[in-house]
Amino acid sequence: MNVLVILIPVSLTLGACGLVAFLWTIRSNQYDDAQGNAERILIDND
Amino acid sequence: MTVACAACVAVPMADNVAIGPALQFSLPTVHCAACIGKIERGLAQLNGVTNVRVNLSLKRVSISGTVDPDAALSALKTLGFEAYALDLQALETAQDSAGRALLVRLAVAGFAMMNVMLLSVAVWSGAEAATRDLFHLISAMIALPTVAYAGQPFFNNALSALKVGRLNMDVPISLAILLAAGMSLFETLNSGAHAYFDAALSLTFFLLIGRYLDHRTRTAARSAAKELSALEVHTAQVLKGDSAVSMPTLEIRKGDTLLVPTGVRVPIDGVLNSGKALLDRSLLTGESDAVTVLGGAELQAGEVNLGRAITITTIVDGTDTSLRQMAALVETAENGRNRYTSLADRAAQIYAPAVHVLALVAFVGWVGVNGDIRHALNIAIAVLIITCPCALGLAVPAVSTSAISRLYSKGFLVKHATALERLAEVDHIVFDKTGTLTLPAHVDVSDLSADEQSVVTALAQASQHAWSRAVLSELPNTASASLSLIKEEIGEGIQAHWQGQTVALGRGEWLGASFTGLGLRIGESPAKQLHTQERLRDGIAEALDQMKLPCEMITGDRLAPAEVIADQLDIGFMANARPEDKLDRLAALRGAGQTVLMVGDGLNDTAALASAHASVAPSTALDASRNAADVVVLKEDFADLPSLLRIARMTRRLSQQNFAIAAIYNFIAVPIALAGFATPLAAALAMSASSVTVLLSAQRIRFVA
Repeated sequence: MNVLVILIPVSLTLGACGLVAFLWTIRSNQYDDAQGNAERILIDND
Repeated sequence: MTVACAACVAVPMADNVAIGPALQFSLPTVHCAACIGKIERGLAQLNGVTNVRVNLSLKRVSISGTVDPDAALSALKTLGFEAYALDLQALETAQDSAGRALLVRLAVAGFAMMNVMLLSVAVWSGAEAATRDLFHLISAMIALPTVAYAGQPFFNNALSALKVGRLNMDVPISLAILLAAGMSLFETLNSGAHAYFDAALSLTFFLLIGRYLDHRTRTAARSAAKELSALEVHTAQVLKGDSAVSMPTLEIRKGDTLLVPTGVRVPIDGVLNSGKALLDRSLLTGESDAVTVLGGAELQAGEVNLGRAITITTIVDGTDTSLRQMAALVETAENGRNRYTSLADRAAQIYAPAVHVLALVAFVGWVGVNGDIRHALNIAIAVLIITCPCALGLAVPAVSTSAISRLYSKGFLVKHATALERLAEVDHIVFDKTGTLTLPAHVDVSDLSADEQSVVTALAQASQHAWSRAVLSELPNTASASLSLIKEEIGEGIQAHWQGQTVALGRGEWLGASFTGLGLRIGESPAKQLHTQERLRDGIAEALDQMKLPCEMITGDRLAPAEVIADQLDIGFMANARPEDKLDRLAALRGAGQTVLMVGDGLNDTAALASAHASVAPSTALDASRNAADVVVLKEDFADLPSLLRIARMTRRLSQQNFAIAAIYNFIAVPIALAGFATPLAAALAMSASSVTVLLSAQRIRFVA
């Protein structure tokens, strides 16, 4: 039982981290060109 | 007027240099990493460019820095890409804030759903007494604020529908979410066994996905419309004293004097000041031949100046051109089309009352059976949750979002949210001729000798005129003769010296010949006529073959050119048609029970485009016609036209299949819920399974050729 006191906050915190990270990606325009980003990895930059 | 010389015409154009992150071009043919690399590297070498970024999803390139738009455009053409300048003002690059808000709600709902699901699994696998109550309490603490925040789009819609006394899909949705959350809170506080927090959250989550996809479809349609008006740069050259200033058309007043360079559309209705002008009226009337008008004649916005630069005095304000009035007319016609009830709305009209009745029946029935109101309410909520149109809310948006992005990658801009459904119903096609089935100028050079061909090539290279470019495209591999003293008479032709003789390429009258078309004269020998003929649009013949639908052509052009094209394509035709004739023909077809697709580009097609069941226009069409069309073809090639219809039909079929999947789930789950056997676990499974199946099934649209 006592382990729940640690586990539940830990699971909530990890989830919240994911949520915050997602909100950050929205704010910084990372979904504006999904197709382009997928292709860009193939461009040789040298 | 001193302005008519070529140099002066060029000056204001060169002045028109953009500063800042100022240029965007539409690139309909860009499709891969190699294209991105090529464009970004190629443009970065231009003078003054500070940053180039290609957006592959939007098929656009943004250039920042001090760049001459014409230089950038020709650099893109040299790299081998079709490119069209976009007017940034019309584009309004504002962020899609509504979409973002939905996405944030979606993320919050997803986060809460996962955590509550985690706790629920513990309860389902046998947590009891104090542990279960603790888990339920924590779930409530996560779920209640989340529902209050993430469910707002549904609550607001439901409220506004109820205010005007109507039922929409959001009413049962809001009811299910609120009742599930409220009842679960009551159960938790009374140490009940079942709580539906996870159901309330997954309902919100899945429905938000549907709502977001639906929003994407709508904004795609809206931004398509914006991109279209951005394709046309709405400026005109106003003469102030001796110099021409580029001004937005909207700011031009009645009585201003405008300069219309060669090859440019007349921006505003006006009276011709110059002595004579050669005009292409095909966009307005469908005539393929150019017309000559004399000074003092009235010119209409949309006519293209083929001759030398002319000046006109405007007779209306820029806000009031005949073209704009036409666009306004089209908007009213569009309202009629908006009355078309989409598949999703029709489903909702049947579904929403049915859900309420079913839940009410469950409640009343169970109260009658054992008089336990709490138990009966629990069952009614289970019924509401299970019948709640998760899958239904996803059925159409999931399919049409992928269909529209698939069509976009094939070069089709879908402008109207219900366009695909209407396109799927089409069983007859009416084409306009000039500018739609045909492209201007195919020059017959077959009876020229090798010498003459090289002279023609050299002369044509010295000019930007449409005919010159047509000549060059006929003779791609001919070496050009070396000429000296090349001189272009704008609107008449080009002349030069070649091996001691005067050679000239231009209009028959200018060459002193009896014909009026294009001709070539070498030395003192009589001018030789080069027959110009309209050319069929690429891919149109194959497209007609593949579609296997009855097609016909209605054109405002004369009988002879119409017959040539109709024979080539082997379709029925009607020539000399006025816009009203086109409308009458469409009405007759409609009367005969046909659903007609209209394909056209000119002002004379606009009314027909707006009144047809569905309509398609090429991107070269006038603003007004593009506004009236449901779909705009961005590529010059029409070979993909059949796949537009195929994808539209597949979209309809997949949406219907999705409805069927949702219905089957309900058929199985509703009796179980009514009988009172539905546990929160069963509800969660049924709901997630049906939503995920529908989403996956929608992805099949990607495999349609």
